[in-house]
Amino acid sequence: MKKELWKGNEAVAQAAINAGCRYFFGYPITPQNEIPEYMAAHLPEVGGCFLQSESEVAAINMVYGAAGAGARVMTSSSSPGISLKQEGITYLVGSELPAVIVNAMRGGPGLGTIQPAQGDYFQATRGGGNGDYRTVVLAPSSVQEAADLTAEAFDIADQYRNPVLVLMDGMIGQMMEAMTWRPLPRRELPPKTWATTGTGGRREKNIINSWRSSGALLEEHNLHLAEKWRAMEAREVRWEERGAEGAQLLFVAYGTTARLVAGAMEQLEARGVRCALLRPISLWPYPAARLRALAEQPSVRAVFAVELSLGQMVEDVRLAVEGVKPVGFFGRAGGAIPTPREIAEHALDFLEGR
Amino acid sequence: MSSVSVVYAKSLGLTDKPMHYCPGCTHGLVHKLVAECLVELGELENTVGVAPVGCAGYAYDYFNCDMQQAAHGRAPAVATGIKRVLPDRTVFTYQGDGDLAAIGTAEIVHAAMRGEKITTIFINNAIYGMTGGQMAPTTLVGQRATTAPQGRDPGHYGYPIRMAELLSTLDGTAYAERVTVVDLPHLNRAKQAIKKAFTLQREGAGFTFVEVLSICPTNWGMAPLQAVDWLREHMIPYYPLGVVKDSSKGGERA
Repeated sequence: MKKELWKGNEAVAQAAINAGCRYFFGYPITPQNEIPEYMAAHLPEVGGCFLQSESEVAAINMVYGAAGAGARVMTSSSSPGISLKQEGITYLVGSELPAVIVNAMRGGPGLGTIQPAQGDYFQATRGGGNGDYRTVVLAPSSVQEAADLTAEAFDIADQYRNPVLVLMDGMIGQMMEAMTWRPLPRRELPPKTWATTGTGGRREKNIINSWRSSGALLEEHNLHLAEKWRAMEAREVRWEERGAEGAQLLFVAYGTTARLVAGAMEQLEARGVRCALLRPISLWPYPAARLRALAEQPSVRAVFAVELSLGQMVEDVRLAVEGVKPVGFFGRAGGAIPTPREIAEHALDFLEGR
Repeated sequence: MSSVSVVYAKSLGLTDKPMHYCPGCTHGLVHKLVAECLVELGELENTVGVAPVGCAGYAYDYFNCDMQQAAHGRAPAVATGIKRVLPDRTVFTYQGDGDLAAIGTAEIVHAAMRGEKITTIFINNAIYGMTGGQMAPTTLVGQRATTAPQGRDPGHYGYPIRMAELLSTLDGTAYAERVTVVDLPHLNRAKQAIKKAFTLQREGAGFTFVEVLSICPTNWGMAPLQAVDWLREHMIPYYPLGVVKDSSKGGERA
């Protein structure tokens, strides 16, 4: 298959169009502007509609309306803009509407910086909006994977009637890499009989709604939603493993950081330290069972998490490892990118108890 | 010989769900007008409505058409998403003054700016109803509210906002009229306005807006008839009734 050079943000946009996304609502913010710009140029070619909204708040609510009308719809933003979308995301979950939301993460808190970061892990995996809810969170670590996961995200969203977050960092969005447009497996999906398209006099009215008038009714709704979380936990966990059998040091990293860790692993292997890497691809549901199994291997002396944050995913690592092995952490924040050497030194220090 | 004929029936545009509105509230009347207009235009089965947060939050249960319930103030954005996907459907929002003129100001202004081909029914009763009588952006100067216990002080809170006039400054607004439903002549005029708004939407004219001056006896602390008098004496002088903008053929009505 032919390799092509694509910028991450543009690959995400084209992948969405390939997956049948025909509506995009968004607001400008760096470093994800190529996504809405690409959509503005190319959605009309396939009979779709791109609309620049007055705010992130409006954009996610336009997504809500379009999703409720039965369309494949998407929005994208970067960290501060994703904060503004949280209201809409919890409403999407509450009203059981499928949509895809891409976050090209940048440094925070507040206005932060436009450089890449992974500081929105808590927000993405714990839910930045109100209430008891979950969204599948997919974290690509290459342009190829960003395209593939974005396309699949639409199927996942439709299957569960739930929004899906594609959590990439600004590095993936901004860099260009060789990739191929390979056909991806498509899921068999239920028809959207719940969509509000006008009754046409052929059916009872449909209502899209997250409100319940009593605690008992809401708990019933919460329990129904929780059944979907359990199904996602059973079916949507994904990860990648690399490295040697008999590893002493087990790294855990996602997105761009996993690629930096791969460099660190080469340096450590050259110095005789056997390493392995677990790269979570779904951040929620988290590959906790697999991580625990790897950590339990007798050869593993330490687990070491690396992030472009001051320590967020490491909490999930500790929850998974449950103390069977020591868990160390190294992170850079605010848009700073560690070198593989830096990562290797910190990991080695931890392994040797320095 | 005798014959029996139906002279009045509840609109098919409304469900049989008992409404939750307070005694004397005019929401029910406005629901009826919207429902009758959709039925008379043959649009009920082709319509998607958007319910707000506030007293009309249960509107999704009352209108007998497909409905979406929006986050507070976001109904115009939700309606935009629906209309862009389904341009040949009739799409309306039904919003109160807190929803539309406070938390949702950006959404309504920009929906109008874009000339979004939707119709907004705006209930202006100068108070927050569902939450218990707090000050609204439309609360009159001197009018008491639980969060303005001495009455609205313009030095502290500024002056009430006239949404029909504000939105009429935007070229995307095709039609804006302010009406009320406190007596039969005004009720009939309100129905004409709502029907015209839906008709212009069908013709693709742009954004259409009907502001309905309404009473809130519960939170105004008045009996319904007293509330009607208060609306006539205090609200209509500040919020004049009539067409504020009509860019359709036939033009503006003074």
